[in-house]
Amino acid sequence: MLSNIDSLMHGFGVALSGYHIMLMMGGVLLGILVGVLPGLGAPNGVTLLLPLTFGMDPVSAIILLTSLYWGALFGGSTTSILFNIPGEPSSVATTFDGYPMARQGRATEALTCAFLSAGFGALVGVIVITLLSTAVANFALRFGPPEYFAVYLLAFASFIAFGGGTPLKTIISLCLGFGLGMVGIDTVSGNMRLTFDFDQLVRGISFLVVVIGLFGLGELLLTIEEGPEFKGASGRIDPREMFRTMGRMPRYWLAMLRGSAVGVWMGITPGGPTAASFMSYGIARRVSRNRANFGKGEPEGVIAPETADHSAGTAAMLPMLSLGIPGSATAAVMLGGLMIWGLNPGPMLFIEQHDFVWGMIASMYLGNVVGVVLVLATVPLFAAMLSISFSIIGPIIVTVCMVGAYTVASSPFDLWIALVFGAVGYAMKKLDYPLAPLILAMVIGDKAEDAFRQSMLSSNGSLSIFWSNWLVGAITTLAILFLLWPLTMLLRRPAQTTDPDAATHAP
Amino acid sequence: MRMTIAALGAALSLAATLPAALAEEWKPTRPVEFVVTSGAGGGTDVFARAVQAAIAKHDLVPTSVVVTNKGGGSGVEGYIYGAAAKADPHKVIFGTNNAWTLPMVVKTSWQTENFVPVAIMAFDEFMLWVKNDSPFKTAADFVAAAKEKPGTLRMGGSQTHDTDQTLTVLVEKAANIQLKYIPYQGGGTVGTQLAGGHIEANTNNPSESLGGWRGGQVRPLCVFRKAPMPEGQKVAGDKGWGDVPTCASQGLNVTEFNMPRTVFLPPGTPPEAQAYWVDVFRRASETPEWKDYVSRTSQNGELVTGDAMVKRINAEEADTRKIFEEAGWLVK
Repeated sequence: MLSNIDSLMHGFGVALSGYHIMLMMGGVLLGILVGVLPGLGAPNGVTLLLPLTFGMDPVSAIILLTSLYWGALFGGSTTSILFNIPGEPSSVATTFDGYPMARQGRATEALTCAFLSAGFGALVGVIVITLLSTAVANFALRFGPPEYFAVYLLAFASFIAFGGGTPLKTIISLCLGFGLGMVGIDTVSGNMRLTFDFDQLVRGISFLVVVIGLFGLGELLLTIEEGPEFKGASGRIDPREMFRTMGRMPRYWLAMLRGSAVGVWMGITPGGPTAASFMSYGIARRVSRNRANFGKGEPEGVIAPETADHSAGTAAMLPMLSLGIPGSATAAVMLGGLMIWGLNPGPMLFIEQHDFVWGMIASMYLGNVVGVVLVLATVPLFAAMLSISFSIIGPIIVTVCMVGAYTVASSPFDLWIALVFGAVGYAMKKLDYPLAPLILAMVIGDKAEDAFRQSMLSSNGSLSIFWSNWLVGAITTLAILFLLWPLTMLLRRPAQTTDPDAATHAP
Repeated sequence: MRMTIAALGAALSLAATLPAALAEEWKPTRPVEFVVTSGAGGGTDVFARAVQAAIAKHDLVPTSVVVTNKGGGSGVEGYIYGAAAKADPHKVIFGTNNAWTLPMVVKTSWQTENFVPVAIMAFDEFMLWVKNDSPFKTAADFVAAAKEKPGTLRMGGSQTHDTDQTLTVLVEKAANIQLKYIPYQGGGTVGTQLAGGHIEANTNNPSESLGGWRGGQVRPLCVFRKAPMPEGQKVAGDKGWGDVPTCASQGLNVTEFNMPRTVFLPPGTPPEAQAYWVDVFRRASETPEWKDYVSRTSQNGELVTGDAMVKRINAEEADTRKIFEEAGWLVK
């Protein structure tokens, strides 16, 4: 551990130069822009910048790309909070409480909360990487198909079981998500599923496009129906509110630590940032002291997913470097970059490319500090956007949504999908169907299915493989306990469950 | 041959409508799109970006070149996109042998022979890998263990009905053994699954497991090649790629198996554009950047174009079809 701190100091020596700080600022700013635009997203942003890095030395190249990633993670929360449009898949959970806060005129508070907790999560992630690099890498190797499935099951269980909503409606929404995630080619059988011989469906239905429709367009339809009360909500912007929120942050230390722990866990086990944010929100909604207020504009409901999202995004860099496992879509693109710069991800990278690895880790500290400062500077600007009249901002949102839906895969067909899901999202909200289970099922449903079937191939169809060692056994058992939690609550405190609070307003 | 005939036919009909001077030379006039039939970070993606880097460095193409990833449906998306860009020489499609294996195993709306072939830029080799502390020292040990306990050794690979599973079938047939094939999403995952001991063996390309071998997690038993790979730098300890014996020499009689890295143009592209791109790719293959990519990824950098490429494709297609038919993978 001490030698790791030595290495880190060496890394700061590599990363701290005027040129690198400039790259960080440029990367973070570009990233915020990319993150704010729904659909564009961090993976696309990194892909677009990749050719630029061919002429750079690897340390500068990775600093530019990771800074862009941090920026995009920050930026993704902005539109979630202001317009209920998640700029990044991992900021879907931020809409649940962030958007209600913005509608109550607390946009500044919500944004500040989100950015500070995100920065905190990233810091925890990078500290874990610094101190435990080798141990964590070896731990990640223990994950085979049964372990993967157990991790996904745990994510499902903690979100679904701790969530509110009518059970039947939750299940319907969940199944719709599984079905949508299934479209396209199936890894295990190699066959096309649910494509109906449509060329456009071969690549599957993009989760990002569905989110743009369900959240962005669906919300807009609701706003139009309810009348444009959008503007009055937060006409006043008080920069001092930002500092007051900063002062209140330490009060949420428990929520931040819990979120970071969930995030680090999901980043190292390859659950990914999106699943991490859902899981963290689900757990917080059950155990927080303010749980009754969740879904109605509770700061903790912003803090929980944001810390988890960022600590997972940061921690996922470790399996990428040391094993070549991409923990997220963005990490997959960066892996491609590593190969082009002439580096081979693997256990030897830490030994042979000392400058690169520790330069990058050091830049993660610096990049996130730069990110928090820059993104906080944008808060008044973004919060001011809410005071623009709806007749102006509404059409702009539609345009941005459509541009975003097109950018995902440069396919005009996706525009129709976004429109259809706009209508679906509106209908689901009117009928009180929760959207979150659908999203979660779409994101990790097919991965969970692959892992389950790979496990079954391996065990010749015996379920005992999910208890074949202490690791997978412990995760599976925990997941099942989580699933049974609502049931035990029902037995112990029958009066509590009839409380309509939080249940009907759950996202 | 079918492909050249199709290309020639298209060319003749086009040439008849064009003034002779125009038909002679073609040059891109707009930005060129390299369509990659894999996701960002996949083998085909790295391949296309290596070509892009070589072209940019030596100014081989007068306009700008952008790479787009269309890897949905195991790459089907990229070919659908290419087929839709009828006769547009500004779209260049990068793939592997998936250009002709995909239509065999899934229902596609395009046919391989309609695409205009440009070049095979390289061939990626395959090796039999085991975990570093595995009891198997040679391919013969592996075969013997599989004979003892049929259907229990787990062989990992990327995707279903793709190169890894094809090679697994060939190994099973050659050694008269039964393995348990488990498909994963990509070569990188398959490598770490082996390192973690979740499978007993895999057939990764050298570049996919280079990091794992250096780091002492996995080691190669043999290479599916007629002769050992050329002696290069040492990779792990005192061993280099050239020290890995051929599988045939260890009694596992699959003499040659490799994966071509292919480049095509959309159906109906005129021959002068085809000639232009053949020339560009030939010059790209001579750049130091390309040579560096080939040696870093331990591929065979043989360039195949024109008639030779069509012959090669047709021969491979016929072989593969036979294997797929026996395995029952063909779609009706």
